[in-house]
Amino acid sequence: MLDISKVYKTFNVGTVNEKRVLKNLNLHLNKGDFVTVIGGNGAGKSTMLNMVAGVYPVDSGSITIDGIDVTKLPEHKRAQYIGRVFQDPMTGTAATMQIEENLALAARRGKPRGLKTGISKAERESYRELLKTLDLGLEDRLTSKVGLLSGGQRQALTLLMATMNNPKLLLLDEHTAALDPKTALKVLTLSAKIVEENNLTTLMITHNMNDAIKYGNRLIMMSNGRIVFDVSGEEKQKLTKADLLEKFKISAGEELASDRVLLSE
Amino acid sequence: MELISTLAKIPGALPGACAQGLIWGIMAIGLYFTYRILEVSDLTVDGSFATGGAVCIVLMLNGWNVWLALLMAFIAGMLCGLVTGLLHTTFGIPAILAGILTQLALYSINLKIIGKSNQSINVDKYDLLVSLRWVKKLALNNPLLTVVVITIVLVALFYWFFGTEMGCSIRATGSNLAMSRALGINTDRNKVLGIMVANALVATSGALLAQYQGFADVNMGRGAIVIGLASIIIGEAVFGKIFKNFALKLIAVSLGAVIYYIVVQVVITIGLDANLLKLLSAAVVAVFLAIPHLKSKYFAKPVKVVEEEGEIENA
Repeated sequence: MLDISKVYKTFNVGTVNEKRVLKNLNLHLNKGDFVTVIGGNGAGKSTMLNMVAGVYPVDSGSITIDGIDVTKLPEHKRAQYIGRVFQDPMTGTAATMQIEENLALAARRGKPRGLKTGISKAERESYRELLKTLDLGLEDRLTSKVGLLSGGQRQALTLLMATMNNPKLLLLDEHTAALDPKTALKVLTLSAKIVEENNLTTLMITHNMNDAIKYGNRLIMMSNGRIVFDVSGEEKQKLTKADLLEKFKISAGEELASDRVLLSE
Repeated sequence: MELISTLAKIPGALPGACAQGLIWGIMAIGLYFTYRILEVSDLTVDGSFATGGAVCIVLMLNGWNVWLALLMAFIAGMLCGLVTGLLHTTFGIPAILAGILTQLALYSINLKIIGKSNQSINVDKYDLLVSLRWVKKLALNNPLLTVVVITIVLVALFYWFFGTEMGCSIRATGSNLAMSRALGINTDRNKVLGIMVANALVATSGALLAQYQGFADVNMGRGAIVIGLASIIIGEAVFGKIFKNFALKLIAVSLGAVIYYIVVQVVITIGLDANLLKLLSAAVVAVFLAIPHLKSKYFAKPVKVVEEEGEIENA
Protein backbone atom coordinates (compact mmCIF):
# COMPACT_ATOMS: atom_id res chain seq x y z
CA MET A 1 0.00 0.00 0.00
CA LEU A 2 2.85 2.36 0.85
CA ASP A 3 6.36 2.21 -0.54
CA ILE A 4 9.08 4.53 0.65
CA SER A 5 12.14 3.91 -1.43
CA LYS A 6 15.65 5.32 -0.91
CA VAL A 7 14.40 8.59 0.54
CA TYR A 8 16.95 11.16 1.66
CA LYS A 9 16.23 14.47 3.36
CA THR A 10 18.59 17.10 4.69
CA PHE A 11 17.45 20.31 6.35
CA ASN A 12 19.31 23.64 6.34
CA VAL A 13 21.69 22.55 3.60
CA GLY A 14 24.93 24.51 3.56
CA THR A 15 24.53 26.07 7.00
CA VAL A 16 26.03 25.22 10.37
CA ASN A 17 22.65 23.74 11.27
CA GLU A 18 22.72 21.27 8.41
CA LYS A 19 20.96 18.13 9.54
CA ARG A 20 20.61 14.93 7.59
CA VAL A 21 17.29 13.69 8.89
CA LEU A 22 16.52 10.79 6.59
CA LYS A 23 19.26 8.62 5.14
CA ASN A 24 18.29 6.05 2.55
CA LEU A 25 14.94 5.33 4.17
CA ASN A 26 13.12 2.28 2.84
CA LEU A 27 9.75 1.04 4.07
CA HIS A 28 7.05 -1.14 2.59
CA LEU A 29 3.56 -1.38 4.08
CA ASN A 30 1.05 -4.05 3.10
CA LYS A 31 -2.62 -3.26 2.85
CA GLY A 32 -4.17 -3.27 6.30
CA ASP A 33 -0.85 -2.97 8.15
CA PHE A 34 -1.10 -1.03 11.42
CA VAL A 35 2.45 0.03 12.10
CA THR A 36 3.62 1.76 15.25
CA VAL A 37 6.74 3.89 14.97
CA ILE A 38 9.04 4.64 17.90
CA GLY A 39 12.39 6.35 18.24
CA GLY A 40 14.10 9.16 20.10
CA ASN A 41 13.90 12.85 19.31
CA GLY A 42 15.42 13.67 15.95
CA ALA A 43 15.23 10.07 14.76
CA GLY A 44 13.25 11.22 11.74
CA LYS A 45 9.81 9.82 12.63
CA SER A 46 7.83 12.99 12.05
CA THR A 47 9.93 13.88 9.03
CA MET A 48 9.08 10.51 7.51
CA LEU A 49 5.36 11.12 8.03
CA ASN A 50 5.60 14.65 6.66
CA MET A 51 7.46 13.36 3.61
CA VAL A 52 4.71 10.85 2.95
CA ALA A 53 2.07 13.57 3.42
CA GLY A 54 3.98 15.92 1.12
CA VAL A 55 4.61 18.73 3.62
CA TYR A 56 8.08 19.14 2.13
CA PRO A 57 9.67 17.57 -0.94
CA VAL A 58 12.15 14.71 -0.75
CA ASP A 59 15.78 15.35 -1.73
CA SER A 60 15.86 12.04 -3.58
CA GLY A 61 14.03 8.74 -3.61
CA SER A 62 10.39 7.98 -4.25
CA ILE A 63 7.12 7.52 -2.39
CA THR A 64 4.35 5.35 -3.82
CA ILE A 65 0.85 4.92 -2.42
CA ASP A 66 -1.16 1.97 -3.74
CA GLY A 67 0.92 1.90 -6.91
CA ILE A 68 0.61 5.64 -7.53
CA ASP A 69 3.86 7.60 -7.50
CA VAL A 70 3.11 10.62 -5.32
CA THR A 71 6.71 11.84 -4.94
CA LYS A 72 6.07 15.00 -6.94
CA LEU A 73 2.45 15.60 -5.94
CA PRO A 74 1.82 18.66 -3.74
CA GLU A 75 0.41 18.14 -0.26
CA HIS A 76 -3.20 18.98 -1.13
CA LYS A 77 -3.24 16.51 -4.02
CA ARG A 78 -1.82 13.68 -1.94
CA ALA A 79 -4.55 14.35 0.58
CA GLN A 80 -6.99 12.36 -1.55
CA TYR A 81 -5.16 9.21 -0.45
CA ILE A 82 -4.17 10.19 3.08
CA GLY A 83 -5.95 10.89 6.35
CA ARG A 84 -3.91 12.69 9.00
CA VAL A 85 -4.14 13.42 12.70
CA PHE A 86 -1.56 15.78 14.15
CA GLN A 87 0.15 16.05 17.51
CA ASP A 88 -1.37 19.47 18.22
CA PRO A 89 -5.17 19.16 18.63
CA MET A 90 -5.48 22.69 17.18
CA THR A 91 -3.98 21.67 13.83
CA GLY A 92 -6.53 19.16 12.63
CA THR A 93 -9.70 21.24 12.78
CA ALA A 94 -10.84 24.75 11.85
CA ALA A 95 -11.61 26.51 15.14
CA THR A 96 -13.74 29.27 13.63
CA MET A 97 -16.01 26.85 11.79
CA GLN A 98 -18.85 24.66 13.03
CA ILE A 99 -18.48 20.97 13.83
CA GLU A 100 -20.68 19.99 10.88
CA GLU A 101 -18.78 22.34 8.57
CA ASN A 102 -15.50 20.72 9.58
CA LEU A 103 -16.94 17.29 8.84
CA ALA A 104 -18.31 18.49 5.50
CA LEU A 105 -14.87 19.82 4.57
CA ALA A 106 -13.33 16.45 5.42
CA ALA A 107 -16.03 14.56 3.51
CA ARG A 108 -14.88 16.37 0.37
CA ARG A 109 -11.22 15.44 0.75
CA GLY A 110 -9.89 14.49 -2.67
CA LYS A 111 -13.04 15.60 -4.46
CA PRO A 112 -13.49 18.70 -6.61
CA ARG A 113 -15.07 21.60 -4.71
CA GLY A 114 -17.49 23.47 -6.90
CA LEU A 115 -20.52 25.66 -6.41
CA LYS A 116 -22.72 22.97 -4.90
CA THR A 117 -23.90 23.57 -1.36
CA GLY A 118 -21.11 23.13 1.18
CA ILE A 119 -23.24 20.90 3.41
CA SER A 120 -26.51 19.18 2.54
CA LYS A 121 -29.39 18.19 4.81
CA ALA A 122 -28.76 14.50 4.30
CA GLU A 123 -25.15 15.01 5.29
CA ARG A 124 -26.16 16.73 8.50
CA GLU A 125 -28.15 13.70 9.59
CA SER A 126 -25.34 11.32 8.70
CA TYR A 127 -22.90 13.44 10.74
CA ARG A 128 -25.19 13.27 13.73
CA GLU A 129 -25.03 9.46 13.51
CA LEU A 130 -21.28 9.53 12.96
CA LEU A 131 -20.68 11.75 15.99
CA LYS A 132 -22.76 9.45 18.17
CA THR A 133 -20.06 6.81 17.72
CA LEU A 134 -17.66 9.09 19.59
CA ASP A 135 -19.92 9.09 22.64
CA LEU A 136 -18.85 12.62 23.55
CA GLY A 137 -22.24 14.30 23.15
CA LEU A 138 -21.05 16.16 20.07
CA GLU A 139 -24.07 14.96 18.06
CA ASP A 140 -26.15 17.61 19.83
CA ARG A 141 -23.66 20.37 19.07
CA LEU A 142 -23.44 20.15 15.28
CA THR A 143 -23.46 23.91 14.83
CA SER A 144 -21.06 24.72 17.69
CA LYS A 145 -17.76 26.29 16.72
CA VAL A 146 -14.95 23.77 17.00
CA GLY A 147 -12.92 26.33 18.95
CA LEU A 148 -15.22 25.71 21.91
CA LEU A 149 -14.25 22.03 22.17
CA SER A 150 -11.58 20.59 24.45
CA GLY A 151 -8.31 19.22 23.08
CA GLY A 152 -9.52 15.63 23.43
CA GLN A 153 -12.81 16.35 21.70
CA ARG A 154 -11.02 18.11 18.88
CA GLN A 155 -8.62 15.22 18.46
CA ALA A 156 -11.49 12.72 18.38
CA LEU A 157 -13.23 14.89 15.78
CA THR A 158 -10.01 15.08 13.74
CA LEU A 159 -9.80 11.31 13.85
CA LEU A 160 -13.33 11.03 12.48
CA MET A 161 -12.50 13.58 9.78
CA ALA A 162 -9.29 11.79 8.81
CA THR A 163 -10.98 8.43 8.45
CA MET A 164 -14.44 9.31 7.16
CA ASN A 165 -13.95 8.32 3.54
CA ASN A 166 -11.58 5.42 4.05
CA PRO A 167 -8.18 6.84 3.11
CA LYS A 168 -5.65 4.49 1.57
CA LEU A 169 -3.29 5.55 4.32
CA LEU A 170 -3.80 6.94 7.83
CA LEU A 171 -0.99 8.93 9.43
CA LEU A 172 -1.13 9.46 13.20
CA ASP A 173 1.66 11.74 14.37
CA GLU A 174 1.84 11.36 18.16
CA HIS A 175 -1.80 12.29 18.14
CA THR A 176 -2.32 11.63 21.84
CA ALA A 177 0.88 13.23 23.14
CA ALA A 178 -0.81 16.54 24.00
CA LEU A 179 -3.71 14.96 25.87
CA ASP A 180 -4.07 14.00 29.53
CA PRO A 181 -3.58 10.24 30.16
CA LYS A 182 -7.28 9.44 30.48
CA THR A 183 -8.26 11.30 27.31
CA ALA A 184 -5.21 9.92 25.51
CA LEU A 185 -6.33 6.38 26.28
CA LYS A 186 -9.82 7.13 25.03
CA VAL A 187 -8.59 8.63 21.75
CA LEU A 188 -6.10 5.80 21.27
CA THR A 189 -8.74 3.13 21.86
CA LEU A 190 -11.01 4.90 19.41
CA SER A 191 -8.18 5.08 16.84
CA ALA A 192 -7.53 1.35 17.13
CA LYS A 193 -11.25 0.62 16.80
CA ILE A 194 -11.67 2.76 13.67
CA VAL A 195 -8.50 1.34 12.10
CA GLU A 196 -9.64 -2.21 12.75
CA GLU A 197 -13.23 -1.71 11.59
CA ASN A 198 -12.17 -0.13 8.32
CA ASN A 199 -9.01 -2.19 7.85
CA LEU A 200 -7.01 1.03 7.36
CA THR A 201 -3.33 0.96 6.51
CA THR A 202 -1.87 3.03 9.32
CA LEU A 203 1.40 4.57 10.46
CA MET A 204 1.27 5.70 14.10
CA ILE A 205 4.13 7.52 15.79
CA THR A 206 4.21 7.23 19.54
CA HIS A 207 6.60 7.99 22.37
CA ASN A 208 5.00 5.41 24.57
CA MET A 209 6.63 1.98 24.31
CA ASN A 210 3.68 0.22 25.89
CA ASP A 211 1.33 1.67 23.27
CA ALA A 212 3.77 0.78 20.50
CA ILE A 213 3.74 -2.83 21.68
CA LYS A 214 0.04 -3.00 22.46
CA TYR A 215 -1.34 -1.59 19.21
CA GLY A 216 -0.84 -2.65 15.61
CA ASN A 217 0.55 -5.71 13.88
CA ARG A 218 4.01 -4.32 13.23
CA LEU A 219 6.50 -2.09 15.01
CA ILE A 220 9.42 -0.15 13.60
CA MET A 221 12.09 1.70 15.52
CA MET A 222 13.90 4.62 13.95
CA SER A 223 17.23 6.08 14.85
CA ASN A 224 19.35 8.61 13.05
CA GLY A 225 17.16 8.72 9.97
CA ARG A 226 17.06 4.98 9.44
CA ILE A 227 14.82 2.09 10.40
CA VAL A 228 16.89 0.05 12.83
CA PHE A 229 14.35 -2.49 14.02
CA ASP A 230 11.30 -3.92 12.31
CA VAL A 231 9.12 -6.66 13.81
CA SER A 232 5.69 -7.91 12.93
CA GLY A 233 3.25 -10.73 13.53
CA GLU A 234 3.95 -13.18 16.31
CA GLU A 235 7.39 -11.83 17.00
CA LYS A 236 5.82 -8.46 17.79
CA GLN A 237 3.18 -10.05 20.03
CA LYS A 238 5.93 -11.44 22.22
CA LEU A 239 7.86 -8.18 22.36
CA THR A 240 8.50 -6.66 25.79
CA LYS A 241 9.63 -3.24 26.88
CA ALA A 242 12.94 -4.70 27.96
CA ASP A 243 13.50 -6.00 24.42
CA LEU A 244 12.81 -2.59 23.01
CA LEU A 245 15.17 -0.86 25.42
CA GLU A 246 17.85 -3.40 24.54
CA LYS A 247 17.39 -2.67 20.83
CA PHE A 248 17.51 0.96 21.62
CA LYS A 249 20.80 0.64 23.41
CA ILE A 250 22.39 -1.12 20.45
CA SER A 251 21.12 1.26 17.79
CA ALA A 252 21.33 4.55 19.58
CA GLY A 253 24.58 4.04 21.43
CA GLU A 254 25.64 7.18 23.18
CA GLU A 255 22.32 8.89 22.49
CA LEU A 256 20.63 6.48 24.83
CA ALA A 257 21.06 8.53 27.96
CA SER A 258 18.87 11.31 26.66
CA ASP A 259 16.55 9.10 24.65
CA ARG A 260 15.65 6.82 27.50
CA VAL A 261 14.25 9.77 29.36
CA LEU A 262 12.08 10.63 26.39
CA LEU A 263 10.52 7.20 26.16
CA SER A 264 7.94 7.04 28.87
CA GLU A 265 7.79 3.83 30.83
CA MET B 1 -26.41 81.00 18.22
CA GLU B 2 -23.51 80.19 15.99
CA LEU B 3 -23.39 76.66 17.33
CA ILE B 4 -27.07 76.14 16.66
CA SER B 5 -26.77 77.33 13.10
CA THR B 6 -23.82 75.00 12.61
CA LEU B 7 -25.70 72.05 14.03
CA ALA B 8 -28.67 72.90 11.85
CA LYS B 9 -26.52 72.15 8.82
CA ILE B 10 -25.97 68.56 9.87
CA PRO B 11 -29.32 67.04 8.78
CA GLY B 12 -28.87 68.48 5.31
CA ALA B 13 -25.49 66.80 5.04
CA LEU B 14 -26.72 63.40 6.18
CA PRO B 15 -28.04 61.97 2.87
CA GLY B 16 -24.68 62.66 1.23
CA ALA B 17 -22.82 61.06 4.11
CA CYS B 18 -25.06 57.99 3.97
CA ALA B 19 -24.60 57.61 0.21
CA GLN B 20 -20.82 57.89 0.52
CA GLY B 21 -20.86 55.45 3.43
CA LEU B 22 -22.93 52.92 1.50
CA ILE B 23 -20.61 53.12 -1.51
CA TRP B 24 -17.51 52.72 0.67
CA GLY B 25 -19.38 49.93 2.47
CA ILE B 26 -19.11 47.77 -0.65
CA MET B 27 -15.36 48.33 -0.55
CA ALA B 28 -15.33 47.43 3.15
CA ILE B 29 -17.21 44.17 2.46
CA GLY B 30 -14.46 43.29 -0.02
CA LEU B 31 -11.86 44.06 2.61
CA TYR B 32 -13.80 41.90 5.09
CA PHE B 33 -13.19 38.89 2.81
CA THR B 34 -9.44 39.29 2.97
CA TYR B 35 -9.05 40.72 6.48
CA ARG B 36 -11.55 38.58 8.38
CA ILE B 37 -12.12 35.48 6.25
CA LEU B 38 -8.68 34.90 4.69
CA GLU B 39 -6.89 36.67 7.56
CA VAL B 40 -4.63 38.47 5.10
CA SER B 41 -4.04 42.21 5.25
CA ASP B 42 -4.39 43.21 1.62
CA LEU B 43 -3.09 46.69 0.86
CA THR B 44 -3.84 46.38 -2.85
CA VAL B 45 -7.17 48.07 -2.16
CA ASP B 46 -5.73 51.59 -2.09
CA GLY B 47 -4.78 51.09 -5.73
CA SER B 48 -7.59 48.87 -7.00
CA PHE B 49 -10.22 51.28 -5.66
CA ALA B 50 -8.90 54.02 -7.95
CA THR B 51 -8.47 51.50 -10.78
CA GLY B 52 -12.19 50.71 -10.58
CA GLY B 53 -13.05 54.39 -10.77
CA ALA B 54 -10.62 55.05 -13.61
CA VAL B 55 -11.76 52.11 -15.75
CA CYS B 56 -15.43 52.92 -15.28
CA ILE B 57 -15.18 56.64 -16.06
CA VAL B 58 -12.85 56.23 -19.05
CA LEU B 59 -15.02 53.51 -20.58
CA MET B 60 -18.15 55.60 -20.10
CA LEU B 61 -16.48 58.59 -21.73
CA ASN B 62 -15.81 56.25 -24.63
CA GLY B 63 -19.47 55.51 -24.95
CA TRP B 64 -19.76 52.30 -22.96
CA ASN B 65 -22.97 51.36 -21.21
CA VAL B 66 -22.78 52.05 -17.46
CA TRP B 67 -23.40 48.41 -16.48
CA LEU B 68 -20.74 47.14 -18.86
CA ALA B 69 -18.35 49.78 -17.52
CA LEU B 70 -19.10 48.57 -13.98
CA LEU B 71 -18.51 44.96 -15.04
CA MET B 72 -15.16 45.93 -16.53
CA ALA B 73 -14.24 47.73 -13.31
CA PHE B 74 -15.17 44.52 -11.45
CA ILE B 75 -12.89 42.49 -13.75
CA ALA B 76 -10.09 45.06 -13.49
CA GLY B 77 -10.30 44.68 -9.72
CA MET B 78 -10.00 40.91 -10.05
CA LEU B 79 -6.86 41.34 -12.14
CA CYS B 80 -5.35 43.63 -9.47
CA GLY B 81 -6.11 40.93 -6.90
CA LEU B 82 -4.63 38.28 -9.17
CA VAL B 83 -1.31 40.13 -9.27
CA THR B 84 -1.15 40.49 -5.48
CA GLY B 85 -2.29 36.90 -5.01
CA LEU B 86 0.39 35.50 -7.31
CA LEU B 87 3.10 37.69 -5.80
CA HIS B 88 2.08 36.35 -2.40
CA THR B 89 1.60 32.65 -3.19
CA THR B 90 3.68 31.72 -6.25
CA PHE B 91 6.50 34.14 -5.44
CA GLY B 92 6.37 33.88 -1.67
CA ILE B 93 6.27 37.60 -0.92
CA PRO B 94 4.56 38.42 2.41
CA ALA B 95 0.96 39.44 1.78
CA ILE B 96 1.33 42.99 3.09
CA LEU B 97 4.38 43.65 0.93
CA ALA B 98 2.78 42.04 -2.12
CA GLY B 99 -0.19 44.38 -1.68
CA ILE B 100 2.04 47.43 -1.32
CA LEU B 101 3.90 46.51 -4.50
CA THR B 102 0.71 46.10 -6.52
CA GLN B 103 -0.71 49.28 -5.05
CA LEU B 104 2.35 51.27 -6.07
CA ALA B 105 2.37 49.77 -9.55
CA LEU B 106 -1.32 50.57 -9.89
CA TYR B 107 -0.64 54.26 -9.31
CA SER B 108 1.22 54.36 -12.63
CA ILE B 109 -1.33 52.15 -14.33
CA ASN B 110 -4.20 54.32 -13.11
CA LEU B 111 -2.42 57.41 -14.45
CA LYS B 112 -2.09 55.66 -17.81
CA ILE B 113 -5.75 54.62 -17.82
CA ILE B 114 -7.00 58.13 -17.10
CA GLY B 115 -4.20 59.86 -19.02
CA LYS B 116 -3.89 62.51 -16.29
CA SER B 117 -4.32 62.70 -12.55
CA ASN B 118 -8.10 63.12 -12.69
CA GLN B 119 -10.95 63.05 -15.13
CA SER B 120 -14.45 64.40 -14.64
CA ILE B 121 -17.64 63.11 -16.19
CA ASN B 122 -20.69 65.25 -16.85
CA VAL B 123 -23.82 63.91 -15.24
CA ASP B 124 -25.98 65.68 -17.84
CA LYS B 125 -24.26 64.10 -20.81
CA TYR B 126 -23.69 60.58 -19.54
CA ASP B 127 -26.12 58.08 -18.15
CA LEU B 128 -24.64 57.65 -14.66
CA LEU B 129 -26.01 55.10 -12.23
CA VAL B 130 -25.42 57.23 -9.14
CA SER B 131 -24.71 60.91 -8.69
CA LEU B 132 -24.58 63.21 -5.71
CA ARG B 133 -26.84 65.56 -7.61
CA TRP B 134 -29.83 63.30 -6.95
CA VAL B 135 -29.01 62.45 -3.35
CA LYS B 136 -31.78 64.60 -1.88
CA LYS B 137 -34.36 63.81 -4.53
CA LEU B 138 -37.29 61.57 -3.84
CA ALA B 139 -36.89 59.55 -7.00
CA LEU B 140 -35.97 56.11 -8.19
CA ASN B 141 -32.53 57.29 -9.26
CA ASN B 142 -31.65 58.44 -5.75
CA PRO B 143 -28.16 57.01 -5.17
CA LEU B 144 -29.13 55.90 -1.65
CA LEU B 145 -31.72 53.52 -3.08
CA THR B 146 -29.49 52.32 -5.92
CA VAL B 147 -26.54 51.55 -3.68
CA VAL B 148 -28.71 49.85 -1.05
CA VAL B 149 -30.10 47.56 -3.75
CA ILE B 150 -26.62 46.83 -5.12
CA THR B 151 -25.34 46.12 -1.61
CA ILE B 152 -28.21 43.72 -0.86
CA VAL B 153 -27.66 41.87 -4.14
CA LEU B 154 -23.93 41.56 -3.44
CA VAL B 155 -24.48 40.40 0.15
CA ALA B 156 -26.98 37.78 -1.06
CA LEU B 157 -24.56 36.63 -3.74
CA PHE B 158 -21.67 36.23 -1.32
CA TYR B 159 -23.82 34.72 1.40
CA TRP B 160 -24.62 32.00 -1.12
CA PHE B 161 -21.03 31.77 -2.36
CA PHE B 162 -19.44 31.27 1.06
CA GLY B 163 -21.92 28.47 1.71
CA THR B 164 -20.83 26.50 -1.35
CA GLU B 165 -18.12 23.87 -1.34
CA MET B 166 -15.69 26.33 -2.85
CA GLY B 167 -16.69 29.12 -0.45
CA CYS B 168 -16.35 26.79 2.54
CA SER B 169 -12.89 25.79 1.40
CA ILE B 170 -11.89 29.47 1.21
CA ARG B 171 -13.14 29.99 4.77
CA ALA B 172 -11.21 26.90 5.86
CA THR B 173 -8.08 28.28 4.20
CA GLY B 174 -8.36 31.42 6.32
CA SER B 175 -9.11 29.45 9.46
CA ASN B 176 -6.44 26.74 9.34
CA LEU B 177 -3.87 26.34 6.56
CA ALA B 178 -2.36 23.04 7.69
CA MET B 179 -5.77 21.43 8.10
CA SER B 180 -6.96 22.73 4.76
CA ARG B 181 -4.03 21.21 2.92
CA ALA B 182 -4.45 17.93 4.79
CA LEU B 183 -8.07 17.89 3.59
CA GLY B 184 -7.01 18.36 -0.02
CA ILE B 185 -7.72 22.07 -0.32
CA ASN B 186 -5.44 24.02 -2.65
CA THR B 187 -4.74 26.83 -0.20
CA ASP B 188 -2.63 28.91 -2.59
CA ARG B 189 -5.35 28.92 -5.22
CA ASN B 190 -7.96 29.82 -2.60
CA LYS B 191 -5.91 32.73 -1.32
CA VAL B 192 -5.54 34.09 -4.85
CA LEU B 193 -9.24 33.57 -5.49
CA GLY B 194 -10.22 35.31 -2.24
CA ILE B 195 -7.97 38.30 -2.89
CA MET B 196 -9.34 38.54 -6.45
CA VAL B 197 -12.98 38.54 -5.33
CA ALA B 198 -12.21 41.10 -2.62
CA ASN B 199 -10.53 43.49 -5.05
CA ALA B 200 -13.34 43.04 -7.55
CA LEU B 201 -15.72 44.44 -4.92
CA VAL B 202 -13.26 47.19 -4.04
CA ALA B 203 -12.97 48.26 -7.69
CA THR B 204 -16.74 48.18 -8.11
CA SER B 205 -17.04 50.43 -5.09
CA GLY B 206 -14.45 52.77 -6.65
CA ALA B 207 -16.40 52.82 -9.91
CA LEU B 208 -19.57 53.79 -8.05
CA LEU B 209 -17.80 56.50 -6.06
CA ALA B 210 -16.28 57.99 -9.20
CA GLN B 211 -19.74 58.24 -10.74
CA TYR B 212 -21.22 59.59 -7.54
CA GLN B 213 -18.68 62.39 -7.18
CA GLY B 214 -18.48 62.95 -10.96
CA PHE B 215 -14.80 62.26 -11.43
CA ALA B 216 -12.11 59.63 -11.19
CA ASP B 217 -8.89 60.57 -9.44
CA VAL B 218 -5.66 58.60 -9.12
CA ASN B 219 -5.60 59.51 -5.44
CA MET B 220 -9.18 58.55 -4.65
CA GLY B 221 -8.12 55.27 -3.03
CA ARG B 222 -5.53 56.73 -0.69
CA GLY B 223 -6.20 55.42 2.79
CA ALA B 224 -8.97 53.13 1.56
CA ILE B 225 -7.70 50.29 3.69
CA VAL B 226 -8.01 52.41 6.83
CA ILE B 227 -11.56 53.44 5.95
CA GLY B 228 -12.38 49.80 5.22
CA LEU B 229 -10.89 48.61 8.50
CA ALA B 230 -12.69 51.37 10.38
CA SER B 231 -15.97 50.23 8.81
CA ILE B 232 -15.37 46.61 9.76
CA ILE B 233 -14.43 47.54 13.31
CA ILE B 234 -17.29 49.98 13.82
CA GLY B 235 -19.73 47.48 12.33
CA GLU B 236 -18.53 44.74 14.67
CA ALA B 237 -18.47 47.00 17.71
CA VAL B 238 -22.02 48.28 17.15
CA PHE B 239 -23.77 45.22 15.72
CA GLY B 240 -21.47 42.35 16.75
CA LYS B 241 -23.67 41.27 19.66
CA ILE B 242 -26.88 41.06 17.65
CA PHE B 243 -25.74 40.17 14.11
CA LYS B 244 -24.51 36.56 14.19
CA ASN B 245 -25.55 35.39 10.74
CA PHE B 246 -22.93 35.80 8.00
CA ALA B 247 -25.17 37.92 5.75
CA LEU B 248 -25.95 40.21 8.69
CA LYS B 249 -22.26 40.49 9.48
CA LEU B 250 -21.67 41.79 5.95
CA ILE B 251 -24.57 44.22 6.38
CA ALA B 252 -22.96 45.34 9.64
CA VAL B 253 -19.77 46.18 7.74
CA SER B 254 -21.75 48.29 5.30
CA LEU B 255 -23.55 50.05 8.16
CA GLY B 256 -20.16 50.54 9.81
CA ALA B 257 -19.06 52.52 6.76
CA VAL B 258 -22.25 54.61 6.92
CA ILE B 259 -21.64 55.41 10.58
CA TYR B 260 -18.04 56.30 9.77
CA TYR B 261 -19.11 58.78 7.10
CA ILE B 262 -21.81 60.29 9.27
CA VAL B 263 -19.27 60.89 12.02
CA VAL B 264 -16.84 62.36 9.51
CA GLN B 265 -19.56 64.64 8.15
CA VAL B 266 -20.55 65.82 11.62
CA VAL B 267 -16.96 66.49 12.58
CA ILE B 268 -16.36 68.49 9.41
CA THR B 269 -19.59 70.43 9.78
CA ILE B 270 -18.67 71.36 13.31
CA GLY B 271 -15.50 72.84 11.91
CA LEU B 272 -12.64 70.38 12.02
CA ASP B 273 -9.89 71.11 9.52
CA ALA B 274 -10.56 68.60 6.71
CA ASN B 275 -6.82 68.13 6.30
CA LEU B 276 -6.72 66.44 9.69
CA LEU B 277 -9.30 63.86 8.67
CA LYS B 278 -6.88 61.07 7.73
CA LEU B 279 -4.95 61.59 10.96
CA LEU B 280 -8.20 61.23 12.87
CA SER B 281 -9.22 58.10 10.90
CA ALA B 282 -5.87 56.44 11.46
CA ALA B 283 -5.97 57.26 15.17
CA VAL B 284 -9.49 55.85 15.55
CA VAL B 285 -8.57 52.61 13.76
CA ALA B 286 -5.32 52.28 15.73
CA VAL B 287 -7.21 52.65 19.01
CA PHE B 288 -9.81 50.07 18.04
CA LEU B 289 -7.20 47.60 16.83
CA ALA B 290 -5.26 48.06 20.06
CA ILE B 291 -8.21 47.61 22.40
CA PRO B 292 -8.48 43.79 22.25
CA HIS B 293 -4.75 43.46 22.89
CA LEU B 294 -4.67 45.93 25.76
CA LYS B 295 -7.83 44.45 27.22
CA SER B 296 -6.36 40.98 27.44
CA LYS B 297 -3.05 42.26 28.73
CA TYR B 298 -4.08 44.73 31.40
CA PHE B 299 -7.77 44.33 32.09
CA ALA B 300 -8.21 40.56 32.07
CA LYS B 301 -10.65 39.61 34.78
CA PRO B 302 -8.91 37.51 37.39
CA VAL B 303 -10.40 34.05 37.74
CA LYS B 304 -12.32 33.86 40.98
CA VAL B 305 -10.94 31.22 43.27
CA VAL B 306 -13.61 29.81 45.49
CA GLU B 307 -11.90 28.40 48.52
CA GLU B 308 -13.65 25.57 50.19
CA GLU B 309 -14.32 25.96 53.87
CA GLY B 310 -12.33 22.86 54.79
CA GLU B 311 -9.21 24.25 53.18
CA ILE B 312 -9.47 27.48 55.09
CA GLU B 313 -9.81 25.64 58.37
CA ASN B 314 -6.81 23.53 57.60
CA ALA B 315 -4.80 26.59 56.77
